[in-house]
Amino acid sequence: MTRVLIVDDHRLFRSGVRAELGDSIEVVGEAEDVDTAVKAIADLQPDVVLLDVHMPGGGGQEVLRRVLGAGSQVRFLALSVSDAAEDVIGVIRGGARGYVTKNISGKELTDAIRRVADGDAVFSPRLAGFVLDAFASSEAPSIDPELDSLTQREREVLRLIARGYAYKEIAKELFISVKTVETHVSSVLRKLQLSNRHELSRWATARRLV
Amino acid sequence: MPAMPATCDYGDVMADQKTLAEPGPGADAPYRRMTRPLEGRLVSGVAHGLATQLKLDPVVIRLMFVLLSVVEGVGVVAYAVLWMLTPQQPNEGRPVPARDWSQLAAFAAIGVALLAFGWLTGASQGGIGMLPFAVGGIGTIILWQQADPERRKHWVSGATQSIRKNRVRTLLGVLLVIVGAIGFLLVEGQFQQARPGLMFTAVVVGGLAVIAAPWLAGLWKELQLERRERIRQEERAEVAAMVHDSVLHTLTLIQRVAHDPREVARLARSQERELRNWLYQPAQDADATLAAAVRRIAAEEEDAHGVPIEVVCVGDIDLDTQGRLGAMLKAARQAMVNAAKYSESPSISVYAEVEGEETTIFVKDRGKGFELDAVPLDRMGIRESIIGRMERHGGTARVRTEPGEGTEVMLTMKVEKP
Repeated sequence: MTRVLIVDDHRLFRSGVRAELGDSIEVVGEAEDVDTAVKAIADLQPDVVLLDVHMPGGGGQEVLRRVLGAGSQVRFLALSVSDAAEDVIGVIRGGARGYVTKNISGKELTDAIRRVADGDAVFSPRLAGFVLDAFASSEAPSIDPELDSLTQREREVLRLIARGYAYKEIAKELFISVKTVETHVSSVLRKLQLSNRHELSRWATARRLV
Repeated sequence: MPAMPATCDYGDVMADQKTLAEPGPGADAPYRRMTRPLEGRLVSGVAHGLATQLKLDPVVIRLMFVLLSVVEGVGVVAYAVLWMLTPQQPNEGRPVPARDWSQLAAFAAIGVALLAFGWLTGASQGGIGMLPFAVGGIGTIILWQQADPERRKHWVSGATQSIRKNRVRTLLGVLLVIVGAIGFLLVEGQFQQARPGLMFTAVVVGGLAVIAAPWLAGLWKELQLERRERIRQEERAEVAAMVHDSVLHTLTLIQRVAHDPREVARLARSQERELRNWLYQPAQDADATLAAAVRRIAAEEEDAHGVPIEVVCVGDIDLDTQGRLGAMLKAARQAMVNAAKYSESPSISVYAEVEGEETTIFVKDRGKGFELDAVPLDRMGIRESIIGRMERHGGTARVRTEPGEGTEVMLTMKVEKP
């Protein structure tokens, strides 16, 4: 049973998600702004926090900063109506382990939560596209080659995610195990979070695309 | 004027002063003692206080003081005596209001001009030569004084701001001109003769500048303000039009077709896409680049068939003139139409990628799939519109499908970057 906290400033959306989530997920609480979210996370210690990106009081990034900054091991899955690159990249670099848009189906959301709870990363096709685009524009010399570029395999995995493949289909396509696919995605997430490429943020801001 | 609490310790005093500070309505008060208000004072508030007491315009009193000062210095003495005898009005803890320096300067300039005039013509003993000057000066001051107070405040603040910005440059310029002129006259040996005339001119020009500068600056500032306001209103009108034309319209439509969930979803999605484009998409020509064209086509087919199409684009390229990418886009559109019409898939994924010279578009569904070899020859969709079209333009198309496994169409085209 995965214990989940829903953080979103829209009450209707919170109850909608609560109703949609499968039986394997237990919603332990809800929060509607940054302060109540930080308090609820400390009180309830959920496995996964479903985090809205735009909220009063600084938004999802502020929650990430305060909770992860205090050394908490809680895992975050960002959930937003926005597909703007700066929001997506911003919240991932803030420490979220995945990003999905709010039009995701209940089953997909349940899968995504389970995956984040297991310590893996969740990339939507659009996030995969953003990452490919951001890491492709590499004119500037990189400081840390290991962190600042994707391996061929990671590229292939991301491209398949962008094409709409599920992890299982990717594994079949590349003749690797699902676990290996998850490892590649987690590795991309780590690079995305740790890479010092300032282009990354600049790229995201410059490219205000949906 | 804020109302004072009735329980205030010095309530009586305060009430008294309250009536004093309100000219006009406060005239009904039985007894008033003259005070010097802080608000509206130029030097120490004597003229203002006196004007309040006599229910006259302070300008009249001030001009009187100026005139009297020029004639034998009586004004200065009277002012000093009144200053000593009149108590200052307490400020009740509010910040001390700033003096209106431009007005003070105007009065000072008039005084100096009158003095200079008197000194030059010997008219300071009250001669008749002084009259035109006095009348002209009073007229200007009254004009200045009669302007709407709010507007004047505008002018003054605008003037002081712009003056502050250019103060160093202006000072330097004035200094250079003065030094240059004096140097020229000294060299020519005419400085002694020219001095009175120069001084007179300087005073008049200074007075005029003080009067006119805030006015000009105010005009300029008002123009700027109006322009900014107009832009803001135009933006507001655009937002209102957007909300009205599309969002409200769609909401109405949704209520009317509430019984048809598919149509509701289609309307909502189409509206969402429109709003997103409006909010996030940089204004661009929909047919100038590949990514923009793919998005537009996907949007059109999504509207036409009511199946969500998710588009992801990586990299971008301008559409070529030979029509290769145009052909590719047509093939991609056909693939989307097929997926939307026949696959029964709940959604379609479109991925367009430009890497170097190679452009690739993938159209994938999770529908029922089919046996490629079993497609009858007369079904033009895949064979002609997709594979044939790509090959005629030098590209390739591959179709991967199996019953129950969905379908993916892969289009590749090489186009040299311009």
